[in-house]
Amino acid sequence: MHDLRDLHDVKVPFGPQHPALKEPESFLISLRGEKITSMSVRLGYNHRGIEKACEERTYVQDVYLLERICGICSHSHSTCFVQAVEEIAGLRVPERALYIRSLIGELERIHSHLLWLGVAGHEVGFDTLLMYAWRDREVVMDILVKLTGNRVNYGINTIGGVRRDITADQIQEVLEAVRALEEKTKYYIQVATEEVTFVKRMSGVGVLLPEDAVRLGAVGPTARASGVDRDIRRDDPYAAYARIPFKVPTSTHNDVYGRAVVRLSELMESYQMIRKILKDLPEGPLTVRAPRKVPAGESLSRYEAPRGEDVHYVKSNGTEKPERVKVRAPTLANIQAVSRMLEDRYLADLPIVIAAIDPCFSCTDRLIGVKQEARRKKDTMSWEEVRVSGIRWYRERGIDFSSLNKELERWLG
Amino acid sequence: MNALFQIIIFPGFLFLFVFGLAAEFLDRKFYARLQNRVGPPWFQPLADFIKLVGKEEVITETADVAVFRVAPLFALATTVTAIFYIPLWHEKALLSFEGDIIVVLYLLTIPSLTYFLGGWYSRSIFSMIGAVRSLTQLFAYEVPLFLSVLAAALLANTWSLSKMTHFYAVHPWLWVCNAIGFLVALIALLGKLEKVPFDIPEAETEMVAGSFTEYGGRLLAFFRMALDIEMVVGASLLAAVFLPWGLGLTFLPGFLLYLLKTVLIIGFISLSRAVFARLRLDQMLGFCWKYLAPLAFLQVLLNLTLKGFLVR
Repeated sequence: MHDLRDLHDVKVPFGPQHPALKEPESFLISLRGEKITSMSVRLGYNHRGIEKACEERTYVQDVYLLERICGICSHSHSTCFVQAVEEIAGLRVPERALYIRSLIGELERIHSHLLWLGVAGHEVGFDTLLMYAWRDREVVMDILVKLTGNRVNYGINTIGGVRRDITADQIQEVLEAVRALEEKTKYYIQVATEEVTFVKRMSGVGVLLPEDAVRLGAVGPTARASGVDRDIRRDDPYAAYARIPFKVPTSTHNDVYGRAVVRLSELMESYQMIRKILKDLPEGPLTVRAPRKVPAGESLSRYEAPRGEDVHYVKSNGTEKPERVKVRAPTLANIQAVSRMLEDRYLADLPIVIAAIDPCFSCTDRLIGVKQEARRKKDTMSWEEVRVSGIRWYRERGIDFSSLNKELERWLG
Repeated sequence: MNALFQIIIFPGFLFLFVFGLAAEFLDRKFYARLQNRVGPPWFQPLADFIKLVGKEEVITETADVAVFRVAPLFALATTVTAIFYIPLWHEKALLSFEGDIIVVLYLLTIPSLTYFLGGWYSRSIFSMIGAVRSLTQLFAYEVPLFLSVLAAALLANTWSLSKMTHFYAVHPWLWVCNAIGFLVALIALLGKLEKVPFDIPEAETEMVAGSFTEYGGRLLAFFRMALDIEMVVGASLLAAVFLPWGLGLTFLPGFLLYLLKTVLIIGFISLSRAVFARLRLDQMLGFCWKYLAPLAFLQVLLNLTLKGFLVR
């Protein structure tokens, strides 16, 4: 919560609405001159009650709902969820489906990292890089459209496998696209490591020492850029990753520059992995039959999303709806490190440091605290209380749904 | 009657208005093409201007109304005034007197001050920080800019822009000696116009729109017009001081040559906008004082030495 001790500093509200932020989130910073003296982060503007909504829907519906947690790493969330359900139900997913999941996962990583590169350029006023990176990102988006039918929210996962097959023609197209992207990425690596003004804005900025990265629980490229060698794809292999050789790029720069280098190297790694996946793609069925009712049990599933480790916890109770679904997205793990990165830094570093963890606030916001104004304390509300207070809130503002409900009932029968 | 024509139509307000819009178009189009975008159609700056002028004027409650209103007009008036002392396609400017270099540089400093005042009296946190940044930046680029222009004047041994261009017309190729000064002035001009890599005061991802955050409607239109005209006038000044060749021509080819020179300078501005990232304020100050100012001093020293044996 916002609590700043020094009242003499200038306070700048960075959000919930601000051009640097692509999603609503509030960073209240306290400035002395151009220097940041303290900062407080407030999350929760993007809460949509998805976890609760999952409990009201069947497992198959949840796959599509959870895919919509995030527009960038949608495949990560749906894969993570189906993996958990498959584990509880004891399903053996066909090899071909696992390979296709990995393929889409890597294509997603490519489009996410290219998007990040553009955003990073924009945050430091290097719009040309934004335009170039996003232009080339279209190549991989087009490939995703051809493979899955959608640019984001691919809908390729289902419990027990995948829903679409890949043809030989499509394999050729993917290989061609990967070849083109590889050339472009080499150029971007050159730009990011050689363009003086760009390097000046990144190196030495947002330093996160390895011990801090471990202590604050940073994940993904943010941790790997601080020399913490962690990658779920290698450490706890899922999908087809156990059968694909790949390197985990790390950096010891500990700063934004290191994070850029790690992401760009990951891109090069992904191209290589996609070639291997397409070469080894086994023949066979795409799905196994999944039961409508999942036996009681619980499972924790981990997935290396483009932004880091994504964790889904699923608890089933033997019905066709889950008892509880919990999502811990990578940004929630990384956001803690931002205050540390910004200690004694300049205001101008704020946008790029926040952008460097590649934040996704719609992934992060899984909880809101309800603050009762009268009692000035935080407490929890039951589902029924939330419903009642919602109805009251609208009624106080002259919107009444009860008559509408009655009309609907009469109309229905 | 003639004076009125000069003030209102040519080379005064109307000419600068049209050229300013054209310059903004060229800048935006070239910038867009460099970024692999299509870019705006030719009338876009005019359409933007008309749209803004037609919009409701909103002044925040906390703002100081008088300063808030006057600042854009001041910015516009001073930039337009400066053009009368700058020789465009001819050896002589419309008006000139011994010491007009100082006046032109001074008139070109006022817009930066109005950005500060307008932003400061908006009394919004983003415009105030943007305003302070404008002013901080002013101290960094003004010295190299002044020094490089004065170095060229030193060689010509005059304080008048018109006499200076006359001198360089009499001594062709001597302008080449000012190459370092030209480079310094070009970079300093980027700071003056608040363009990348020196667009720190209005860095969108940090300060929303800097000084102009609270501005909208007509007042914003005037500010933007002032920025466009400042770009044209700044380019004209640099063209007059550092590229003083081909000034003896008749009106039409001379005028076209003048346009070519200014467009080249504007092209350089667009190019730098496309290939650089925005520097941080401390980096910008460091760069200006560590590299630009010493380079400008070098030009001064060079010209003092040259003056000893080249110009008799």
